Amino acid sequence: MLLLDFIRYHQHLPGTKTGCNEGDCGACTVLIGELQNGTMHYQSFTSCLTPLGNVRGKHVVTIEGINLPNSLTAVQHAMQDCAATQCGFCTPGFVMSLTGFCLSHKAPTLTNAIAAIDGNICRCTGYKSIERAAARVAQLLEPRNGSTPAQYAAGAHILPAYFVHIPGRLEALHSTLESANDVAAKPIGGGTDLYVQQHDALRQKALRFLYDQPALKGIRQEGDKCILGAATTVADLVASPLLQAYFPYLSRYLKKVSSTQIRNMATIAGNFVNASPIGDLSIFFLALDATLVLSDGQKERELPLRHFFKGYKLLNKSADEYIVRLWFYLPSQHTLFNFEKVSKRTHLDIASVNTAISITMQYDLIDDIRIAAGGVGPVPLLLKETAAFMTGKLLTESLIREAGFLLQTEVSPISDARGTADYKRLLLAQLFKAHFITLFPQLETAILIR
Amino acid sequence: MKNIDSHTHVTGTSVYLDDLPILQGTLFAAAYGSPVAHGILRRLEITEALQIPGVVRILTAKDIPGENQIGGIIPDEPLFADHHIHFAGMPLALVVAQNRDAARTAVKKIQAIIDPLEVITNPRIAQAKGELIMPAKSVIQGDTNAAWPQCTHIFEGAIDINGQEHLYIETQGAYAIPQEHGSLKVYSSTQGPTAVQRTIMRVLGIPMHRLEVVVTRLGGGFGGKEDQANTWAALCALAAHLLKKPVKYALHRMEDMAMTGKRHPYMADFKIGLDAALKILAYEVTFFQNAGASADLSPAVLQRTLFHCTNAYFIPNVSATAYSCRTNLPPNTAFRGFGGPQGMYVIEAAIAAAAAGLQVDKSLIQSANLIRTGEAFPYGQIAESEASACWDKAVALYDLENIRAAINAFNAEHLLLKKGLALMPICFGISFTNTLMNNARSLVHIYSDGSVGISTGAVEMGQGVNTKILQVAAQTLGISYDRVKINATSTYTVANTSPSAASATADLNGKATWIACNALLERLLAVTDLNVSRERLSIQNEIVLLDGVATDWNWLRLVNTAFVQRVSLSENGHYATPTIHYDSETGKGHPFAYHVYGTAIIEVTVDCLRGTYETDSVKVVHDFGVSMNPDIDRGQIEGGIVQGIGWMTLEEVIYNEQGKLLSNALSTYKVPDIYAVPKEILIDHLHTDNDNLAIFRSKAVGEPPLMYGIGAWFALRDAILAFRPDAVIPFVAPMTPEKVLMALYSKQSVPAYEEKVSHLGIDS
Repeated sequence: MLLLDFIRYHQHLPGTKTGCNEGDCGACTVLIGELQNGTMHYQSFTSCLTPLGNVRGKHVVTIEGINLPNSLTAVQHAMQDCAATQCGFCTPGFVMSLTGFCLSHKAPTLTNAIAAIDGNICRCTGYKSIERAAARVAQLLEPRNGSTPAQYAAGAHILPAYFVHIPGRLEALHSTLESANDVAAKPIGGGTDLYVQQHDALRQKALRFLYDQPALKGIRQEGDKCILGAATTVADLVASPLLQAYFPYLSRYLKKVSSTQIRNMATIAGNFVNASPIGDLSIFFLALDATLVLSDGQKERELPLRHFFKGYKLLNKSADEYIVRLWFYLPSQHTLFNFEKVSKRTHLDIASVNTAISITMQYDLIDDIRIAAGGVGPVPLLLKETAAFMTGKLLTESLIREAGFLLQTEVSPISDARGTADYKRLLLAQLFKAHFITLFPQLETAILIR
Repeated sequence: MKNIDSHTHVTGTSVYLDDLPILQGTLFAAAYGSPVAHGILRRLEITEALQIPGVVRILTAKDIPGENQIGGIIPDEPLFADHHIHFAGMPLALVVAQNRDAARTAVKKIQAIIDPLEVITNPRIAQAKGELIMPAKSVIQGDTNAAWPQCTHIFEGAIDINGQEHLYIETQGAYAIPQEHGSLKVYSSTQGPTAVQRTIMRVLGIPMHRLEVVVTRLGGGFGGKEDQANTWAALCALAAHLLKKPVKYALHRMEDMAMTGKRHPYMADFKIGLDAALKILAYEVTFFQNAGASADLSPAVLQRTLFHCTNAYFIPNVSATAYSCRTNLPPNTAFRGFGGPQGMYVIEAAIAAAAAGLQVDKSLIQSANLIRTGEAFPYGQIAESEASACWDKAVALYDLENIRAAINAFNAEHLLLKKGLALMPICFGISFTNTLMNNARSLVHIYSDGSVGISTGAVEMGQGVNTKILQVAAQTLGISYDRVKINATSTYTVANTSPSAASATADLNGKATWIACNALLERLLAVTDLNVSRERLSIQNEIVLLDGVATDWNWLRLVNTAFVQRVSLSENGHYATPTIHYDSETGKGHPFAYHVYGTAIIEVTVDCLRGTYETDSVKVVHDFGVSMNPDIDRGQIEGGIVQGIGWMTLEEVIYNEQGKLLSNALSTYKVPDIYAVPKEILIDHLHTDNDNLAIFRSKAVGEPPLMYGIGAWFALRDAILAFRPDAVIPFVAPMTPEKVLMALYSKQSVPAYEEKVSHLGIDS
């Protein structure tokens, strides 16, 4: 069962709305609170894609759960004062996302407040009044200083008083929960893509919830390797100090991956296993030449990600295998990385074409290069011939132009709702140039774009 | 004053259709839509579906006791296809089950055996084959044939405008509950309760007085629930009537998108002629409206396209012809602007073509031709124009010269980023184009405790109409807002209503409320013992004033006294817009109570490496008259602008050649998100004290601002030309990142959206 149906039709709490059933509108946004080392951490989720099993032992907060007995919360006040609600149907989702922002550790800036509602669609207001409300909410948090977000929120009319008892109640709950996992059942991570594709089919199936398994979590460094648990979420990637250190523009890249809610839910392994030809993380980690570790419950095996995708939706993986982790070599100081994505709508959209590049220079020579591209073939592609052609050569404008022609022989885009084949070819060519324009400002842009 | 629903909205306690508590025994419905866009239905295979546990019954056309017909303007749309299938998604059967999941599962088990017929999706092809919803309509002014020889410059071109999905966040739905005496109570997410009532009357053969249609509020409508809520209400009513059980159906998003119509795609041909001074002398335009499979509201939408085909300009010689073309798409329907935006895009494109040909700035042609008071629109109405006032104020207030200089400097400095600019004047007529619909009633009860309950035909869908009606009542009666409550809209309290549409809801229902409240006030002031003439009395802050001085009579005393004296404390106000008329034979008349004007200056920035873009600003001077609720009106303008920009730049309704919708979910149909909106929207008022027919002189604000968004298309065009002056930019909307990149670099012309076929990028 999905969390949204449980909330609306079993618990009869109708404040959480059904909009799209795809995690694309945010009307069903709830907060999911988890006890970590004694403190509560709340994140926004789209309940329409959340399997009930993924909130086991957690605090599910719906709009009814934040209402105060005799007044509006500070977030609700801000929305009302700024006239940020018209038909009202999307409003509970916005209120929950903004409340989630108040409970997060993000700095109280307008940019961060807006980012918190990047997964909420409003069809009435044109968002400007909601931006004004978000600005007020950010302002509200400015005096927070040293206190934890939850402490501050309780004192600032953001949450009802009962929140202080939640850690204790969750502790008690944990001790009584049994961990059951049926190995024969269908494995599911965050559910963000699986439920979009197989919404009805999954109702009938026994599920095995991988999302919360401690063994599948965590990002760590071992020597020159970075090792990531399979259930690492996109939000975990963004928050990782290790990854931030090696990829200074990480948050900019990942901001283009879906929305706050979905980034809180979606796992990296889920993105690979879904085998979408335009999976953003598949492209990202292909360029890093990541290696997967697969397990069938008995034994583990390693497999480079580049060998994982055999054909459209075909994986080099047996039915009982699942991904436990992946690792890649952390880039050296001579390695440059860039990620590009263009979709019809810049945010919260699936790419028309996405591409990542990892390029290691030895002075002006290309020592090693990997170019991954999505949306231009049946699987996420690693463009090996183009890379081979460029390796060992002097990086010049004319080399990039020549490589751009070779690139076209390695791809075979099709026309679909995300663009015509011609457009995708042109777009890939442009994004290929964009990699070099971004990474090598000394190149002559005017020559490259001719 | 804040929107009266804002408290329940922000606490999640507002009640929408799917939030109603479920009555015991309620059954759940799901429609089976045709998988084929055009064909002959041979057989429906439902055996397997009936075996799904929980399935109660599967209804088809033969179960209809009344008439299998829901067409409003033209009776050309069956509720269920029983033989001839006209579009993919056309209902063939309704599964009724004990729970929603069973109904949806059973729908997937139904199979239709259909002999396919040729599918038409292109309105030009439909027109060539004579597939028309009705005979062509024209609006003519002057004599274009005589005018062409006077023109020093003549330009021609072709247009292709895509549709737009309403994407109200609350999907369509209804909940029908049998009542005694063979009556039905139907909760519907509709803008037109009377239309729902009339449709059910026809399908079930039950008189209208037995059908109570109730609407509390909608989670968005935008025109999509004006006529197209009828289907779901009729289906639920049919099942409830036959099974004697409550039946509910709240559509899944993908059902909603696949089965309902959108804003009409249009194709068009234009020819525009100017003299040496840039005055437009002649304009000929032919519109090919893609009506979809049946009439729905298309004839009325077409009429408004013709009315607005010259936008805010005066053109002495106009010949506009429009064809409503029958294609095998879901019937297209009302959408904010109602055909006006398409007409306005075409004249703007014609002016852009002329500007390009003459190598002058487009705004020079625009400003030289703005309509002036006393000049006639092509349909005969004489303008009381604020067009130049808005334009001139915008140019001065926002310092257009400086904006231009800044853009030129930016473009000179940047190789890969280019800015573009467009001005977009608007002129939009307020009134239903069908004159008879311009009337409304308001039932006002004053209760003996002094509280006031009001029922009107207005449906609250976020536009704030209930707040405005409450303001009208409280201000007219001189009482506190807290004393007034606006009731849910019901066909039992107010009958024979027009839908909440055409931006006219607050005007019509507000005026009716004003009339009722005034009548009540007259009766109340007559009960005092002050023995003075009526003119000397007034009421403010609940105190009766004599010559402006407080008396010891207050609201409660008035009400108590009237009650004791057996004076009626209820009134039904009726308002019909005066002065409007239109003769469809001659194509002349005075169809609008008034016009709303405005001008927007739109700036965009294009990333000429990637083809992506941002809207930097939209700066508006808007003709409010005298706004009675600036918060609400500002929200309408900002929302309208963003929806208009979405239509012109981002939102792409894609059908394949077989008439199957490819953009069938929010993952494939993108509306603006918070990052896609203009970084800045500035709105300034053009205050006019002129008398108009708006309620409290506060001009309608629902639809007009959407058309500012058209400027975004032309600003993008401007930016593309700054990067590549020889770019070929066909007049095809929306201007998606794909169209931009192709225009920036492609050697061929951009393909029209119809040519796009194949499967979805996501999993099918």
